[in-house]
Amino acid sequence: MTVPAALHVPPTEAPPTALATEGLGVYYGDWLAVDDITLQVPRHHITAFIGPSGCGKSTLLRCFNRMNDLIAGARVVGRVTYGDVDLYDDRIDPVQVRRRIGMVFQRPNPFPKSVYDNVAYGLRVHAMTEDLDDRVEDALRRAALWDDVKGALKKSALALSGGQQQRLCIARTIAVEPDIVLMDEPCSALDPIATGRIEDLMQELRRDYTILIVTHNMQQAARASDYAAFLTTEVDGDGDRRRGKLVEFAATNELFTHPQDPRTENYITGRFG
Amino acid sequence: MTAKLAERPAGADLVRSGIRAQAANSSFAFVVRAAAVSVFVILVLIVVTMTREAWPAFWHSGLGFVTGTDWSPSADLYGALPFVYGTMVSSLMALVLALPVSIGIALFINEYAPRRLRAPGVYLVDLLAAIPSVVYGLWGVLVLGPFLLPYVQKVADTIGTWPVFSAVFGGPVGLKSMFLAALILTIMIVPIITSITREVFDTVPADQKAAAVALGATRWEMVRGAVFPHSRNGMVAAVLLGLGRAMGETIAVALVIGSTAQITTRIFAPADSMAAVIANTFGESSGVNRAALIGLGVVLFAMTIVVNMAGQFVARRSGRKGAGT
Repeated sequence: MTVPAALHVPPTEAPPTALATEGLGVYYGDWLAVDDITLQVPRHHITAFIGPSGCGKSTLLRCFNRMNDLIAGARVVGRVTYGDVDLYDDRIDPVQVRRRIGMVFQRPNPFPKSVYDNVAYGLRVHAMTEDLDDRVEDALRRAALWDDVKGALKKSALALSGGQQQRLCIARTIAVEPDIVLMDEPCSALDPIATGRIEDLMQELRRDYTILIVTHNMQQAARASDYAAFLTTEVDGDGDRRRGKLVEFAATNELFTHPQDPRTENYITGRFG
Repeated sequence: MTAKLAERPAGADLVRSGIRAQAANSSFAFVVRAAAVSVFVILVLIVVTMTREAWPAFWHSGLGFVTGTDWSPSADLYGALPFVYGTMVSSLMALVLALPVSIGIALFINEYAPRRLRAPGVYLVDLLAAIPSVVYGLWGVLVLGPFLLPYVQKVADTIGTWPVFSAVFGGPVGLKSMFLAALILTIMIVPIITSITREVFDTVPADQKAAAVALGATRWEMVRGAVFPHSRNGMVAAVLLGLGRAMGETIAVALVIGSTAQITTRIFAPADSMAAVIANTFGESSGVNRAALIGLGVVLFAMTIVVNMAGQFVARRSGRKGAGT
């Protein structure tokens, strides 16, 4: 079994940290879905979260912009540090967190508005309406969508193809100038060509942003990420409920070529369990 | 079992079943079809017979029936415009008052209320719709009207004396008025507008709301950016259906509007509506007067049909996944 080598060999010296977690856990009601995650996400790199279905990758990702707040009964324990602050501190305004830490979702979800208004929405919300046209154009250019839509800015975003819609969602996210972009399986609803374009785009974006991507596609993680975290599910001691655990976090080529944990090795070589 | 299946020629069980099953099937289809057709037949019969009954009045007044402003049966004058005016103004006022309240309730139930308050909230609003309209009318004339009268008087004495404003809020003030009718109608159409808008808000995809929130939108910004654009057509439909309901309301309006056929911009003055004048005077009418009241019914029927059809049309369009620009 050959393992695809990572395209980007990260520097040997550890880069500065963008986000860090310490003993992070997420409860849904009294069920501990994700348990005791401690890791440091490096700045201006792409960090992939991989693992089997139900291992809590998406739940973990949603801790970073407090999207779990929207789920009734979800509760977060431990720390998530961004810069000098704990994102779950009482004084933190989740609305401001989400402006700094944007998110792209699994299914392209543009608003039923024009292409222009989709990108302008976040800018208007944050009163960044000075040079609105330029900002919209810039975001669309950086999302590699400008050439596709420059003649149709007033057309409905829903008329775009799935891949274009997803790039529009990326444009919408980066328009408000976040630090960090979270991507929750952004290519799972796209065909291979559209997927390739999104992966190319991620390489462009990592110069300006820190990117965290959840993917169930190991080839994608190997191709597109600099660091990778492998999570797995563990059956709870007292019952049949599963909880997500972090097994290994390393530079992607390390993780794929010299996994330290047998569970990682089994997973990436296709032997689940 | 498998052997038996193999013995049977392929397709044997595709042959039509027995005569009796077929007869039952086709007679059921006939009953269903007849029920559907009867709705249409009844609708046409109502229009035809009502128009025939009203014909003497239409013949008597001509086009003046809908443009004339004088309605006095004793003088054989049948100008229905004051009633058309009263119906439209009281309904539109009710709509303007009911819409923000309804959207507020719908948003509260869907987006703001704790999950456990949702079902009771929906139930309470539906309960409002179950109150008989005569009860609304009695409550309006016995409780709400007298309660509001001193405040209305104050408004008329202050704002009502200012220039321009006096045309709308000026006195004299009566217990029964266009204003009271509009207020009662407001309470009556809030449930229908609320329940339709709430159902429309429910159809907004969760991932679009999540997208707005993930961009750093507050809840209100999320509502404005994701919920309203998606619900525009549905909200228009709710408005039109609420308007249709208000225009046709009879007994509650008849009890509170003041039964005075006049066209005035002063909302605290008594007025009259098409449905109310029919309810109040039909019993003692005869001849052309009776025909004229039936004619009012025909005109009202036509107006509500137009409003309802417009509402259904927009509602159907909003059902299709066609997004605006």
